[in-house]
Amino acid sequence: MFLGRIIGTVWSTKKDENLIGAKFLIVRQLDLKLKEKDNFVIAVDSVGAGEGEIVLVATGSSARQTEFTKNKPVDAVIMAIVDKFDVPLKKYLQEQENLT
Amino acid sequence: MFLGKVIGNVWATQKYEALHAFKLMFVQPINGENENIGEPIVAVDTVGAGPGEIIYYITASEAVIPLPVDMAPVDASIVGIVDTINMKS
Repeated sequence: MFLGRIIGTVWSTKKDENLIGAKFLIVRQLDLKLKEKDNFVIAVDSVGAGEGEIVLVATGSSARQTEFTKNKPVDAVIMAIVDKFDVPLKKYLQEQENLT
Repeated sequence: MFLGKVIGNVWATQKYEALHAFKLMFVQPINGENENIGEPIVAVDTVGAGPGEIIYYITASEAVIPLPVDMAPVDASIVGIVDTINMKS
């Protein structure tokens, strides 16, 4: 999974009928210092995440492994809302980020 | 399967319900010489790995197989802790 921040929402009426009822959120990938990277995905929300929240996104065929996205054309799903993360190994990150 | 080093933890109370009993860990992919390759990812820990440990992990939908549920949106799972690596340089 990758770490990301929700930066927006996508609404679309004309879409694959399997996707009716899906909530599409725009998730920008973050590095361990919470700096926004260039890449982003449109992910289906499965945990009730909202704009601005730091989340984890599963991509690829794993994204279809939920009740809602089963057999649907989905390749990115938000599967966790991050409360806090900690990277103690100093050489990876100097200070510990507390997000709450 | 890929080699990696566990570099940290992620806590998320609000997550896919099947994952409540599992730790989520930051893993830095490495090669056989313990050099970083690529970006850190988050993986579900199924073997009790701790920060600093060298592990191997599986990706894609196979990452669900070690979990006690048949479906979970997981694309990386730690499935083993490495004792030693023996490589011809």
